Amino acid sequence: MSAQSLYDKLWNSHLVRQDDDGTALIYIDRQLVHEVTSPQAFEGLRLAKRKPWRIASMLAVPDHNVPTTNRAAGIADPVSRIQVETLDANCAEFGIAEFKMGDIRQGVVHVIGPEQGATLPGMTVVCGDSHTSTHGAFAALAHGIGTSEVEHVMATQCLVAKKSKAMEIRVEGALGRGVSAKDIALAVIGRIGTAGGTGYAIEFTGSTVRALSMEGRMTLCNMAIEAGARAGMIAADDTTFDYLKGRPFAPQGAMWDKAVAEWRNLHSDAGAVFDATVVLDAASIRPQVTWGTSPEMVVTIDGCVPDPATLSPEQREGAERALVYMGLKANTPISEISIDKVFIGSCTNGRIEDMRAAAAVARGKKIAANVMLAMVVPGSGLVKAQAEQEGLDKIFIEAGFEWRDPGCSMCLAMNDDKLAAGERCASTSNRNFEGRQGQGGRTHLVSPEMAAAAAIAGHFVDVSKL
Amino acid sequence: MDKFTLLNGLVMPMDRANVDTDAIIPKQFLKSIKRSGFGPNAFDEWRYLDHGEPGMDNSKRAINPEFVLNQPRYQGAQILLARENFGCGSSREHAPWALEDCGFRVIIAPSFADIFFNNCFKNGLLPIRLDATQVDSLFKAVEAHVGYRLVIDLEKQTVSAPDGTVYPFEVDAFRKHCLLNGLDDIGLTLQHVDEIAAFETQRLTAQPWL
Ligand code: SF4
Repeated sequence: MSAQSLYDKLWNSHLVRQDDDGTALIYIDRQLVHEVTSPQAFEGLRLAKRKPWRIASMLAVPDHNVPTTNRAAGIADPVSRIQVETLDANCAEFGIAEFKMGDIRQGVVHVIGPEQGATLPGMTVVCGDSHTSTHGAFAALAHGIGTSEVEHVMATQCLVAKKSKAMEIRVEGALGRGVSAKDIALAVIGRIGTAGGTGYAIEFTGSTVRALSMEGRMTLCNMAIEAGARAGMIAADDTTFDYLKGRPFAPQGAMWDKAVAEWRNLHSDAGAVFDATVVLDAASIRPQVTWGTSPEMVVTIDGCVPDPATLSPEQREGAERALVYMGLKANTPISEISIDKVFIGSCTNGRIEDMRAAAAVARGKKIAANVMLAMVVPGSGLVKAQAEQEGLDKIFIEAGFEWRDPGCSMCLAMNDDKLAAGERCASTSNRNFEGRQGQGGRTHLVSPEMAAAAAIAGHFVDVSKL
Repeated sequence: MDKFTLLNGLVMPMDRANVDTDAIIPKQFLKSIKRSGFGPNAFDEWRYLDHGEPGMDNSKRAINPEFVLNQPRYQGAQILLARENFGCGSSREHAPWALEDCGFRVIIAPSFADIFFNNCFKNGLLPIRLDATQVDSLFKAVEAHVGYRLVIDLEKQTVSAPDGTVYPFEVDAFRKHCLLNGLDDIGLTLQHVDEIAAFETQRLTAQPWL
């Protein structure tokens, strides 16, 4: 048989049937569910008198609407509360496992899946959320789906799909000081653009990627969707297995050994063919900061806000509009942009390693006087507990950060955590769209180290020089 | 799902690239547990001058007269003409729900984000990809002619302009079939129940940890 890519292997092993025009039914091993994109799907099941096909494949958690302070008081916003209660009721009715708001295992859906070992190599993973690409870090085929598809997977355990093209993004070499997976992700998007991966499944390869921890790999795959690709993935190796071993949903004992033997095959064969390949040199990647309203509007910390006049005619208008929205002037050095708020968290950078990286920068320092609010929101209750065990919460609190309860929080500001109009935020999340963190709010995407350093300095600083 | 066959509709231009799903339907409206009623809040932040929240009486809010959706010449539009990478961002199906609730049945753009593109078909909304140059000439024509309409023939896969130009477009055979017949995906898939069950048994036997 000819050489297969990781994507080929994952696709072929889940193909239930395929029509002549390429329309296929793909078997889904794991469906993760959250409160925002599921109520209409459950309602659809009920209306059609259908039952979920394989309840054991589903795991649910509320994350987008949950408050990050004073949980005991419940959810104040009645509309948010109804949505979370609806999830609870649906899970109870259909018998689906759910980590409710008071459960220590609750957290952002893309943090808890891997943390529980509910995401395993070789799986197909779907969720009604575009950042499902995160789970591809485990050599899984994982992508976001819409609510109709959520219902479709619930009812049939399959997804109607067509095979995407395959793109290899290869990163080679050692990362410089203060440069993290987030910077690789932003550098990739800066290179290929937010539509560069449209129609592709991306596999991240190369020595730099192999050297990343699982947390870093998840950050990278998480951002594949911001490059336009529904799925990002990374081959399975000992780093993957070490992370998963002993997790609650992972196989145990003899079954574990059998599974690992199977998973060792989850990589692209030598000579596998990709429809496109992009190569980056890790040494050339610097800490990144977005300046505009799309993740592709990104420069390095030593750079300046671009002058639209120097951009291509297609980019110019968008850049001009972004500068107005962001309240920035062309040619301003990035390090001179001062900030009002800081958000450290989200499914991109809300894991223990992110907490550690940010805490290392904040240790023994104080946030700048001009920073009104710097919040750290762990990705899950277990991340929070682990961080507290390591004393990271104290480091943050002593430096003036707020230490919150887990959830999506100000990544998309569906709960009370939001920016006011005109406020500027250094954020470790993944989207800097207009209004994403609150109407009129201005978001700069950065790594956890860069966000913590900005909180201390009051403006962006080069963490590689700290 | 409504059938889609032939549409002769008024065109509304939205001349900006990378219109994301947060812009199409801001997150505060995703708190609804229903599938309908999103239309009045489509493009909420661009369309109204104040900040919208669920439960507001939208008819009493101050509208932004500059925004295309509020311009009298585009009232009743069923075809949205857009730029590159339309529908990027989150997977929220609330975006096509909102567009459909506004009366749109067709979106024409040089490119769409994948998940959004998919979600459109599930909701009787037809996304059509045309070349950037073709889209460009349509933008010029719409702006030049009040009441500009296009005829979309899904069976023949054509967009016909009043000046006689016919733009053919590609559409996946399966999706076309579903749209033409108003078919529900789930019902179609369940015709293959035996195949799915057999696949599942074999998979769970080989990899019992799943
Ligand atoms: S953390 Fe942000 S991007 Fe991730 S699932 Fe939550 S809202 Fe979406």
